[in-house]
Formats: sequence, structure tokens, C-alpha cells
Amino acid sequence: MLEIQNLHTKIGDKEILKGLNLSIKAGEVHAIMGPNGSGKSTLANVLAGRDGYEVTQGSVEYEGKDLLELAPEERAWAGIFLAFQYPVEIPGVNNVYLLKAAVNAIRKNRGEQELDAVEFLALIKDKMKLVKMKDDLLSRSVNEDFSGGEKKRNEIFQMAVLEPKLAILDETDSGLDIDALKIVSEGVNSLRNEERSIILVTHYQRLLDYIKPDYVHVLSGGKIIKSGGPELALELEEKGYDWIVKDDKGENEAA
Amino acid sequence: MSQENMNNNAQHYLAEFDQFQETVERDWFSEQRQSALKLFIETGFPSSRLENWKYTDVRPIAKQSFSNVSTTTSITTEEIDAIRFQDIDCYELVFINGVYSKEHSRLDGLTENIVIENMADALAKDKDLLEKHLSQYADNNVSPFTALNTAFIQHGTYINVPKNTVVDKPINILYLSKDNAQPLATHPRNLVIMGEHAEATLIENYIGLDDANYFTNVVTEVSLSTASILKHYKIQQESVNAYHIGNLNVTQGKDSLFKSHSISLGGSLVRNDIYGQLAAEGASIVLNGLYMTDGKQHVDNHTRVDHLKPNTHSTENYRGVLNGKSRGVFNGKVVVHPQAQKIEAHQNNANLLLSDDAEIDTKPELEIYADDVKCSHGATVGQLDKNMLFYLRSRAIDEDTARSLLTYAFVNEIISDISLVPIKNRLEHLIIGQLPDAELIREFTNE
Amino acid sequence: MSTNSENMEDLVNKDYEHGFVTDIESDTVAPGLNEDTIAFISKKKDEPEWLLEWRLKAYRQWLKMEDPTWAHLDIEHIDYQAISYYSAPKSKDDGPKSLDEVDPKLLETYEKLGIPLQEQKFLAGVAVDAVFDSVSVATTFKGKLADAGVIFCSFSEAVKEYPELVKKYLGSVVPAADNFFSALNSAVFTDGSFVYIPKGVRCPMELSTYFRINASNTGQFERTLIIADEDSHVSYLEGCTAPMRDENQLHAAVVELIVLKDAEIKYSTVQNWYPGDENGVGGIYNFVTKRADCRGDNSKVSWTQVETGSAITWKYPSCILKGDNSVGEFYSVAVTNNYQQADTGTKMIHIGKNTRSTIISKGISARHAQQTYRGLVKISKSADNARNYTQCDSLLMGDQCGAHTFPYIEAKNSTATVEHEATTSKIGEDQLFYCKQRGIKEEDAVNMIVNGFCKEVFKELPMEFAVEAQKLLGITLEGAVG
Repeated sequence: MLEIQNLHTKIGDKEILKGLNLSIKAGEVHAIMGPNGSGKSTLANVLAGRDGYEVTQGSVEYEGKDLLELAPEERAWAGIFLAFQYPVEIPGVNNVYLLKAAVNAIRKNRGEQELDAVEFLALIKDKMKLVKMKDDLLSRSVNEDFSGGEKKRNEIFQMAVLEPKLAILDETDSGLDIDALKIVSEGVNSLRNEERSIILVTHYQRLLDYIKPDYVHVLSGGKIIKSGGPELALELEEKGYDWIVKDDKGENEAA
Repeated sequence: MSQENMNNNAQHYLAEFDQFQETVERDWFSEQRQSALKLFIETGFPSSRLENWKYTDVRPIAKQSFSNVSTTTSITTEEIDAIRFQDIDCYELVFINGVYSKEHSRLDGLTENIVIENMADALAKDKDLLEKHLSQYADNNVSPFTALNTAFIQHGTYINVPKNTVVDKPINILYLSKDNAQPLATHPRNLVIMGEHAEATLIENYIGLDDANYFTNVVTEVSLSTASILKHYKIQQESVNAYHIGNLNVTQGKDSLFKSHSISLGGSLVRNDIYGQLAAEGASIVLNGLYMTDGKQHVDNHTRVDHLKPNTHSTENYRGVLNGKSRGVFNGKVVVHPQAQKIEAHQNNANLLLSDDAEIDTKPELEIYADDVKCSHGATVGQLDKNMLFYLRSRAIDEDTARSLLTYAFVNEIISDISLVPIKNRLEHLIIGQLPDAELIREFTNE
Repeated sequence: MSTNSENMEDLVNKDYEHGFVTDIESDTVAPGLNEDTIAFISKKKDEPEWLLEWRLKAYRQWLKMEDPTWAHLDIEHIDYQAISYYSAPKSKDDGPKSLDEVDPKLLETYEKLGIPLQEQKFLAGVAVDAVFDSVSVATTFKGKLADAGVIFCSFSEAVKEYPELVKKYLGSVVPAADNFFSALNSAVFTDGSFVYIPKGVRCPMELSTYFRINASNTGQFERTLIIADEDSHVSYLEGCTAPMRDENQLHAAVVELIVLKDAEIKYSTVQNWYPGDENGVGGIYNFVTKRADCRGDNSKVSWTQVETGSAITWKYPSCILKGDNSVGEFYSVAVTNNYQQADTGTKMIHIGKNTRSTIISKGISARHAQQTYRGLVKISKSADNARNYTQCDSLLMGDQCGAHTFPYIEAKNSTATVEHEATTSKIGEDQLFYCKQRGIKEEDAVNMIVNGFCKEVFKELPMEFAVEAQKLLGITLEGAVG
């Protein structure tokens, strides 16, 4: 489904990703872990097509197409969803309007019938239960005056409504207390299926207690330096990142 | 045209005035007209060398010889129905090319103690009361246009709401303009007197029915007694070739509230002045405004709030969206006078420039002579937020739509605050119509 | 005023610290201004013909101009014929060659001012040019600067030694007829400082000028010209004091900065001219035109000012951001007490692409003082992606003072972003109470709070100056609360 080869990315003059390789098949859950500044969020943003990230080398293939050619909205139409680390507040734009427009834009581009108001309402009522969203959050402006937890929940709620093929969750666990983390995780777990792939970008193992990944990768210095199963995350929790990062000095082809 | 020529042109109004005087009877107000005209001729049109007119050049108005004689004063019921708020029951006064139309106005069911009538009738009947109020709140010395208006007072709206009375329906005034034999100057004069604890909602509409060249020079005076409330809306949709100069003057008593929405959408050269005097403790004023310009429009909003007494409050929020080769001007001044302690005054002006040829000049001002104050102001000029744009696009919304939507959201900060739903809906409709991709946004919002 | 708990001696000490008069014989021209006065100044300074012509042209333009009245200032009529336009300490005609030759009384004056003029203070790493009344008396560190290729000398010397540079840049940023006071200055300026930093040179030390008005009935009209050639860097400090006198004295200076490609100038001022007494008698009229021209791409200018003195201040250090990616900064603390008035701010003119400007202004007004921030941010049509951020805060102490904010924003480019924020409030009673409850004296508490309020600006000052600025602030505001 997703094939990243030798990806190099710059922000301004600074090279962040330095030859990243990653391959994800349909239905897999991959956790990307790594110390601060290793390039985790850069990867998430490059996949979603944010401005300001220059790809200098390498390729990203998504469902056989060149992903890097596509505008952010075209990626969304193609089924890519980014849950933002810092969800953006948009005063004056209603949460539900946004979602309805998004759902219908995606449906239109897939050649599906657009939903009318009644159908749409039925859809979101259903999805709201997944993340225990309060009704009033729907009628408010996008993320405006939401608490940190509400914003993250809203992201997962949007993911549920938009039913992406590839979901990238960028530090969705950060800033959540344990109860909120459980709710968000349950939401994500309920959205797992054979077709849907998920990339979990996180600094902490804690999230992986609730969302079990199939693979764990360690990103450091702009590359994946170690990959393994869920047990790798536990090891990281125990020993921190230093041992791997040190290990990596000298041998560069770990991934 | 040089400054001298501009002022020579003020002389044109001398001749117009002579003609005008023949049409109105000599009355108790004649002397005041005379002296106002004298003042106008002496000062002439304001030059852009004056700080108050720094960014607005009124020579396009000064150089024309507008006539005071209205030749078109009729309008069909269909025409007017197309403009009326259909979904709101209101008292309505209709003026066509500056002249009151009794035929189209709707004042049925008005309780006896409330007065809503044409200024010309009030001048004839209500000398005693008008003498106390007319031309007492708008100062002829502050703007030459006010002096000019005072000289030509005839038609307009006179409202008097007595003590403890709540006007049951909004009062809607329609100033409609259409093509005239000669380009027309009208000088509507409105006077609103609110008794203690009285409440009312007033909507002033200025609408061009075609693309005629004309000049509207309106002055509105408002007096608010203790604890009275006036919600005021001004919706300016003059023709693309029209000139509009508006002066709104409010003097507020103890614990009174004046809440204003000033929406400027039309006109070629527009200047709105609001002058609020918080003359007693506990008075509050809220000024919200929106200007959307395109083509070669020039829209200037000036506000001034004087905190004359302690414990008075003001908040102001103006937003502008400028497209084409248009130019917007904002000047908001807050003056806290000596001894006026415990003041809160907050002011904000935000602008979006949508085109490379548009221009905004903004100047929020604080002048403070007391120390126990909390005052702030802010002004921004910018584009749509890049993070918001990306967020919307990552949610599958294409870039053009995202831009339109965010522009609408920007404007909606002002509109969403309007409590009278039919007006809010009307404005939403009008505003979306002025945005790029209007259809797309309508889809979004017509839930 | 909280005088009860203070003893008299303390109070006396709080007065204007720099208000002594130096007993030196001055060579002062009779008051009055005409073409002869200008010719006299020019001759006295042995100037070339072109400079005299330049002065006379400025004078003729000045004659046609009027005192500006747009500022929020109440200025008593100034009789320009009652001012003496030239005053120099009388010493050997050919001037001092080294510090040893400088009149010891002058050096004493500078020592009272705390200026590191002496050799032993070289460790402080500051090169000083001192301007006493109208004439530059000594420039330290000449040798070391010369090694780096840096020219730092009095303006008069520059006219003699580097006429091409002076001719090329004089008046190129502030044209003589720019405004009333710049025209006057151009006609009668007597001395000032000149700095040239050659290509690629980072000036090895901070450069500093101290100005002092000593003689009575004189005006001071100095001129500063700083040229930072490509890829060079300099930090320049300026300080000013004057003795206490009952009459008002005029100070009308012009400062021109030229910043070429990749160069940077940091210009810091601590202005402590005599502010007049607590009844508003006397004090300096400080009418100054300061402007920087960022001509080259990636150039940068940073103005930092601490304005505590002067009866009236009229001053707007500005930046013309012509070069692409050029940066302008303005950090200002202005304190007005008693009957002081200040109308000050900046202009940021964005012309080049990706130009950036920051304005941080902190105003403190006490007793009967009136203070105005006046600023212009102009985004020209060509200034793609220009950015400005302005933050302007005023603090009021006492119910008779005033604080006013008049920012002008003119934007003609749709890719520009301009943000302006301003607040005005009283010094926090709860903060004061909290400090006092913890045992801190009211005046100390005020100092702490005010210094906190100004911190953003102070951190822009070189260390030595920052300490001086904090002390000055304390002195200026003595007894303002209570």
C-alpha cells in the first residue's frame, strides 16, 4: 500500500529525513518511535503534503501512484488521513460543516453519491459514540475552545467519519490523561480492519499498551535505525533510546 | 482639482440652498439652517491635509454639482417587495430619492405613545421637543458634511420612545435611490430619542436600485436616557457609482447601552463616522463593523468613543475584506478623559487583502488621560492562515473552496454576533454573494 | 509622594544626577542665525567649499519651513534667533592630539558622568568619542580600531580626512529638507561622530559617543553618520546628559545609518538630557531625526532606546527596508515624569521582498507627564511576504498623566502580514501589594515591576548600558507612586 524509499527531506536548509525506508501493507499497524527531533512529525507531514517540506531525494508510492505529486486534498480523496499533533482551531467554521464538506468531497472524487443532510447526520451520530463525543462539540467552530483531549478526540472522530485507507496519527497520545487515552485508543482500535493501515507516530510506549502495533520502528537522525515487533517498544521503554542510537553509530544500514 | 477649486465648489450649495428654501416654509429652524450653511461655505469640503481625512479624498464629491431636486419619487410595489425583509415583521419607513413615501411605509399598529414619523412632519408639529434635541448631538463644527446636512434638513426619520417603553417590532428604514434627472444629493436626517428604560431596534438601509451616480449625506442623532437600549444596524448597499457620507452621533446616559453593527458593502466612495459619547456612569457602547470592497471602491470607517465619565465601557470590532483595486480605511479612536477612572475599552481591526492591488490603511488610536484603565487595541493585516488552509485541505477540501470558506469564516465573526436572525440571514446571503465561489460556500452553510 | 519615610538627604540625591556645570572657558558665538553665522561655523571648522554650500542650501530651505505641529506636544515658542549655534571649549587652537592634551577639567566631567574615557578603562572594551557642547573632544582606541580598518572619529575630522565618504553619504538617508529640524541641523551642525566599517569587518569593540551640553543658551546640533559596508557588523552606543538650567535648550541632531548587503548595525541610546524640574521649568528640547537605510539585501538595523530625560522628546528612529530580506528592529523604553512630554516611535518602511520588522515599545508615564507612541508601518506594493509585529504597552502612574497610542498601518501587498497590539493600564495594585506584603518597600516594588515591564527592551542593550538604564529608570520614577 505504502512504499517509502530513500526519502530525504529538507526544511529550509536543514535536512531532516536522510534516507528513510518504510513499507506498509494493507491492514498493518506500524508504530514509529524515536527521540525528539528525530523526524517523526516531519514524516507525518510529508505524507500529508504540508508546505515547507522539500523532498530532495527518494520516492513515496501509495497504491502504486506517486504520492508526492498530489496536493493535500487529493491525498485526502485518495484515503490518507492525518490526525494532527496540534489540531488547528478555525474560528467561524462549524465542525459539522467541515465534516460534511469533507465527506462529500471524498465521495464525489470516488464517484460515489454525495450524502444528503439526513444520511450525513445518521452517519455522524453513529461515529460519535466511538469516541464518546459530546453533541455540543459538533455545533461549535472547528477545535475552537476545545480542551486538549477534546481536540484529539475530535481528530479520531473525523477519522471515523472519513474512513481513510491510511491513517497517520501524529503524537495523538501527547497531552492526554489516561482516561482520554483509553477513549481515543478504543476509537482507533474499533477502526482497525484488514484494509485500513495505520501509522502511529509516538514518543512513548504508553500508547502501544492500548493500540497493539504489528511493527515497531525506531527513527533517529532522519532514518529508521531499528525495526521489530511490539516487544521492541517494551525494550525502548525500559532502556530508552540511547542504546540504539549509540549502537547505530558506525553501522548505518539498520532498517 | 486644487483645494481652492474644491472650496469654490462648495459655493454651488449656496445656489442649491436658495432653491431649497423656496420649497420649505420659513420656520423656527430656518436660522439654524442658515448658520449651518454659512459654516459649510466657510470651511468647505475637508482636505486630505486634515488628519481626519488623511486617507480619503472627497474631491470626487466636491467637483460634482449635485442637485437637490428629486425627480423620481415613485417605485413599484414589486420593486420594494424585493428589498423588504419578508421574514420579519417591522415598522417600516420608505424614502425614495430622499423623499418620504407614505404609500410604501408601514406604521400600522404603532402604540400611541411611540412616535415614528418623517422628520419633515416632526419639524412642523413638534417644535418644542425637537428644539431640545435636533442638532444637539451632531456637531456642525466636527464635520462640514454634518453642517451641510443640517442646512438641508427636511426628510428623515424621527423616533421618540417614551420612558419604560419597549418598541415591539424592529424599526426598518429604507433609503432607496434610483436614477434622477440630474445627479442627486440627499441629506437624510434621523433623530432617535430614547426615554429612560426604553428599548428599540433600528435598521438603517441605504440601497441603490440601479447604478446611478448620486450622493447620500446622512446624519443620525441618538440620545439615550438612563438605562435605555438601542440596537442599531446600518446596512449600506449604495450603487457602485454612489457617494455615501454617514455621520452617526450617540450621546449616552447612565447605564445605557448602544450596540451598533455597521455593514458597508456598496458605494464608490464611502465614509462612515460614528461618534459615541459616554456621558454618564455605567454607559456601554459596542461597535461592530464590516466592510467588503472590490473594484475601485473606497470605504473609510472612522469611529470615536469618548469616555467622559467613570465606569464606562466600550468594545469595538471591525473587519475588512478587500479585493480588486479597492481601498479600505479604518480609524478607531478611544479617548479616556481626565477623571474618567475604571474604564475598560477594547478595540480590534482585522483585515484581509485578497488582491495585489487592494490597500488598507488602519489606525487604531488610544488617547488616555486617566490611570485606572484597561485599554487595548489591535490591528492586523494579513492573509488566510496557512495552517488552517492546510488543515482543511488535508480534510479533502480543495484549495479554492478552503480559501472561500476561511474568508467567510473571517467575516462571520462580525455577522454571527447579530441577534436578529432575519438580518443575520440577509447579511450572510449578501456577503456570500460578494465572495469568490459564492455557490460553494452556500453549499457549505445552507445546512 | 511618599516623602514621609524618606530622609531629606536621600531625596536630594534623587535629583538629576548629571546636573553639574563644568567651569571651562568656552568659545561661544553670539546668539542668532543667518548666513553669516553659518559661514562662521564653516570657517571655524575649516570646511571645504562644498560643505558650506550644502549648509547654506539647507538653511534657505529651512527658512521656508514651519515648526511641525502635528505631534501630541505642547511646545513653547522657540526663538531660533536667541540660540547660540556654536560653542566650543576653549583650548589650544589645533585641538588635543591625545588624551594627555585634553583639558583635565573636561576629563573630570566625563569621569563624573562615568564614561570609560581613561586608559585604565580600556578593559571595558568601549571606544568613546565624546562631544562636549558642539565639539568632539577625544576619541579613544584609535589605534586598535585603525588596525581593523574601522574609521571612528569626530565628524569634523572625517570631513578633513575622508571627504569622499562624507560627500557620498551625508544627507543620503535624511535629506536636508526632510523636516524642519533636520534642515536646521544641516545648516548649523557643528560636530558629531563618523563611523565607517569596511567590507567583511566585524568591529572589534563597541563604539560609543557621549554627548553633553554644557554652555548656557546654546543649542546642540550634532550629526552622526555610520556606514556599514558589505558583510560588516558594528554595535554603537550613544549617551547624553546636560546640566540643570532654568531655560530650555534645544538639541536637534541627525543620525544617518547606511547598511549595505549582509551588514548589521546595532544602535543603542540612553538619553538622559536634563528633563526640567518637578514644575516643568527648564530642560532640553530633544528633537532628533534618526533613520537607517537598509540598502543591501540581508542587511539589518536594530534601534534600542531608553529615553528618560529631556523636557520634550520628538524622535522616531526609522528603518527603510530596501534590500530583500532586510530586517528592522525598534526597541524602546520611554519614561516621562513630572511635566515631561514625549512623542516618540518609529517608522518601518518595507520596500524589499521578505523584509521583516519588529517594534517593541514600552511607555511609562507618571505625575503630569504626557507620552505618545507614534508609529508607521508601511508595506509597499513591492514588499512581498513582508512581516511586521508591533507590541506597544503603556503603564500609567498617577491620575494626572496621559498615555497615547497612534499607530499608522498602510498596507499595499496582499502577501504581507502586519500585527499590531497595544495595551494601556495602571501599574498593578495587586502586584504592588504583593511585593509590599512580602516586605519590599514601595519604591523598590515599583522599580521591580517597571523593570519587569521593560525587560524585553533592556535585554537588547549591551550589558553595561542595561545596568545604567535600569538605574536611570529608578531615578526618573522616584516618588512617582504614592
